[in-house]
Amino acid sequence: MNHLHLLTFARGSALNWALMLCVAGIVLRLFEIFGLGRKTDLAKPRINSPGSGWHTIFSRSLPPQGMLKREPVTYIGGYVFHLGLLTAILFFAPHIELIRSMTRLGWPSLPSPLVDASVVASIIALGVLLAHRLNNPVKRLLSGLCDYLAWTATLLPLLTGYMAYHHLFIEYTLMLALHIFSVDLLLVLLPFTKLFHTFSVFISRWYNGDIFGRKGVAS
Amino acid sequence: MKLAEKPDILPGTVGEGLAQRGICRREFLQFCTALTALLALPPTMTVAMAEAISKARRQSVIWLSFQECTGCTESITRSHTPTLENLIFDLISLDYHHTLQAASGEAAEHARELAMKDNFGKYLLIVDGAIPMGNPGFSTIAGISNYDMLMEAAKGAAAIVAVGTCATFGGIPKADPNPTGAVAVSDIIKDKPIINVPGCPPIPVVMTGVLAHFLTFGSIPELDSLGRPKSFYGETIHDHCYRRPFYDQGKFAQTFDDDAARQGWCLFKLGCKGPVTYNVCATTKWNDGTSFPIQSGHGCIGCSEPNFWDAGPLYEALSMPISATASMLGTAAAVGTAAGAAITWHNRSTKAAAKAAHEKVTVQELIREDK
Repeated sequence: MNHLHLLTFARGSALNWALMLCVAGIVLRLFEIFGLGRKTDLAKPRINSPGSGWHTIFSRSLPPQGMLKREPVTYIGGYVFHLGLLTAILFFAPHIELIRSMTRLGWPSLPSPLVDASVVASIIALGVLLAHRLNNPVKRLLSGLCDYLAWTATLLPLLTGYMAYHHLFIEYTLMLALHIFSVDLLLVLLPFTKLFHTFSVFISRWYNGDIFGRKGVAS
Repeated sequence: MKLAEKPDILPGTVGEGLAQRGICRREFLQFCTALTALLALPPTMTVAMAEAISKARRQSVIWLSFQECTGCTESITRSHTPTLENLIFDLISLDYHHTLQAASGEAAEHARELAMKDNFGKYLLIVDGAIPMGNPGFSTIAGISNYDMLMEAAKGAAAIVAVGTCATFGGIPKADPNPTGAVAVSDIIKDKPIINVPGCPPIPVVMTGVLAHFLTFGSIPELDSLGRPKSFYGETIHDHCYRRPFYDQGKFAQTFDDDAARQGWCLFKLGCKGPVTYNVCATTKWNDGTSFPIQSGHGCIGCSEPNFWDAGPLYEALSMPISATASMLGTAAAVGTAAGAAITWHNRSTKAAAKAAHEKVTVQELIREDK
């Protein structure tokens, strides 16, 4: 099998199966979460707090006061990584073409060097966050195999994408195939690992905000 | 000074032929300089190459055409102007080429057999076209199957040059569903040096460069993992494309005739396969260096890559899925919904069963019995 063959397989059957597993997995997990339900809270709300769930979605996405004193590495690393990753996924022209082909939605892309810089920042942030996770006793204790698997599955598309763009180490066609394979792997793992927070994060933030609001707790 | 006036011109050599056509040494050296650059050889090799080529005896070449469209021959013979490349081709001893030769029928086949016998172990075998393995009758020449003719001719060849994507990788005849069972030369011949010169068609100067290398050094140039000369197929078209800066700036043509396309913006979104195609189209160009497909406004279709015809739609960006559709995702969502509903039902049943099995603790049960 030559490199173009491999790329064709990565863009073809492998991507089809990965996308189908990802979509089916996401829908399944969302059903599972919503299907579990919560007991009706029969207590009278402490305060009238309409919209506290929505408010929390935004308030917890913004940098909190004192973050640099409490957990600078986690906060800064987290912001840099997530913003870099989103920039690479959503504003690199080839990625927009992929999204457009599936959804018919498209938007202007950013210049490649800007996306490239955001990828470098993301990779560095991932490295720093891993070092922090390994050096911090609490985080290390809380981390399991699944966490390291999710970290690896996230790093691979960034790393292979960067290496493909810069023609590093191996031939471009093969590296592009490996990049798409790494994305295929990420898509398959996404619904069934902690990476599912991509879809559940705002749901859980809304729930936390809403329940805290009812209980009169700041969120 | 004309080459013909030089006393060291040997009769029957390429040098004599060039001299007869009025090519002066300066022109010939310029040509050799370009070739050494193309072949990525040091500049000092220019004179050595000029000497070697001019003193070389006319190389016996047997050209076999199998399942092909004659585009490769057209490409080489119909250059924009009669260039030195053409002359070099005139100056090889093309002993058999069933499209170009005047002889036909038995006379033509006799010429091939004679050339093979007289130059056994020395002739260069050029092949264009794929070889059908499904049935020998799918493609024959003078009643001889392509496979038999190739095997017979390959025995006495010093080296084989597979010209065009059909001969190098199977090309369009091999495209799915490959009705003739077409294969490439390298799929059959394993005991001879094979130089793959893919392209649909290949660039004439690449052919000339390979021949010049063979005449100069008596060996084949350095090849990549697909058997292609590294000097011509070492980098992608995308890397040397004049539209590349627009790719880096995120400026893309949306249609073939929009303003962006006319201003030279990148054709990636229109399906250009330049990023994964290794060839020198962007630098050497075609028709005497006039243009190449991307410059003419059409994306690269990746014709010098193996299985390019089956490597996804020609007019869709390289990053787009080849066959994924919205309906496929809809089906996946439906499957996810069904599975999610089943799991939800199971979870709720488990929850209800646990609730039903739950036994309430009475106050009496909590009272500690005094011993």
